[in-house]
Amino acid sequence: MNAPNNIDKLNIATAVDVIDAAGGNVGSLCRALERLGVEYRRVNASNRKLGDRPIILPGVGAFGAVMDNLVNSQLVDPIKEAIAKGVPFLGICVGLQVLFESSEETPGVAGLSILPGKVVRFTEGKIPQIGWNSVESTSSEWPSGFVYFVNSYFAEPAQPDAVLFKSEYFQTFCAAVQKENITAFQFHPEKSGDYGMTLLETWLAKAKINEAKLLVERS
Amino acid sequence: METTINVPKGVSNLCKRIIPCLDIASGRTVKGVNFKGLVDAGDPIAQSLEYERQGADEIMFLDITASNENRKTTLDLVCEVAGQLTIPLTVGGGVSTAKDVINLLEAGADKVSMNTAAVRNPGLIDEVAKGFGSQCCVVAIDARMDKVTGRWKVLIGGGREETALDALEWAKECITRGAGEILLTSWDKDGTRDGFDIPLTKAFSQLSIPIIASGGAAGADYFVEVFNEGKADAALAASIFHFSEWTVRQVKDVLKEQGVKVRL
Repeated sequence: MNAPNNIDKLNIATAVDVIDAAGGNVGSLCRALERLGVEYRRVNASNRKLGDRPIILPGVGAFGAVMDNLVNSQLVDPIKEAIAKGVPFLGICVGLQVLFESSEETPGVAGLSILPGKVVRFTEGKIPQIGWNSVESTSSEWPSGFVYFVNSYFAEPAQPDAVLFKSEYFQTFCAAVQKENITAFQFHPEKSGDYGMTLLETWLAKAKINEAKLLVERS
Repeated sequence: METTINVPKGVSNLCKRIIPCLDIASGRTVKGVNFKGLVDAGDPIAQSLEYERQGADEIMFLDITASNENRKTTLDLVCEVAGQLTIPLTVGGGVSTAKDVINLLEAGADKVSMNTAAVRNPGLIDEVAKGFGSQCCVVAIDARMDKVTGRWKVLIGGGREETALDALEWAKECITRGAGEILLTSWDKDGTRDGFDIPLTKAFSQLSIPIIASGGAAGADYFVEVFNEGKADAALAASIFHFSEWTVRQVKDVLKEQGVKVRL
């Protein structure tokens, strides 16, 4: 059922920034990071310092509300700058969606527009999609498995090679994206059993390698 | 806003969910949970982790604590369980204000279920859905058949009080107010152990949001029926799992044999 947990904990990034200005609740993600032994800083309007640690952007609620929160907390530029610098970035749920240009959920509101493409609504079945669905990885670096989704919308990346995972909900949809230092999951890895923890560890391991690279480049 | 759906075309790999439910009072499991080999039969943390190991898709806590002082105990418990559980946790029972919801989410609950308070103050659903998203907003509906009209009425106060609300109409109102899911308990079937309420579940499963069927589970065949006939999206059960009659995994194995998509 679950992927083997064979990642060396010594080789994962051990300190991250969690943006908690994006609406909703980060409690669940923080509990998952604690399980992995990863220290986290909660970043919001009062401490907008980003860029020296890998960044996680969890987001729930409406696309427009999440963007409003990021704008009001003056976090849009710090996020864009950190990503441009090559800092590892993980978006979760609406944290994936806001990477794109726009969403059918909130017409007229611009996303972070870091990745080209738009966010669209499911057209069939119960909405939201709630529960465990299988994802198929397009990369040998990431395993396939079952993950926990809660979403009414999904991203349609303009660059097909940005699609990391595909899934089926009465249509094929993009369940995860990967582009350079950006990784993002439409589902909740922190609630997706051992496989979800493996995905978080895989990202943290990549972030660790990236940290080392950035250090070499800066020196 | 559409509150019902047509039968969808296309392929979906979304799995049907099995959700064990624990009744919690003062941080302890009540109504006896009796796992073979488990030392402490009242420890909700050990029980939740055991269900997760068996393949449960989510865990539900129903807080039946009567007094407000003991709510703090529930929050501490939720925090501790959420720190260890890697599957979603829903907490319901006695949730009456947005503040209750904030506290539970901050402790680490993924969803909060509202029942009587939502009936008395439907604006609570809007408040929770707008503030925290529909994904965490579950409305629990206790329904009982009105023999005269053949329709279902909403019960509140743990089934003690019948309201004038038509259950299906109430569910539609919950959807327009932003509910993300409906936990549907049949008071004609709850505790009878003779199967889920199929006509009730079927009537509700045409709604546009997921339906969790509850009440009456006693064997794997009843789960097959509630998914294949009742078209439920998830099924919640307590005693069948608590007394080790069936493990979650055993139920899922039977479901898979019968062509129901499950996560194994």
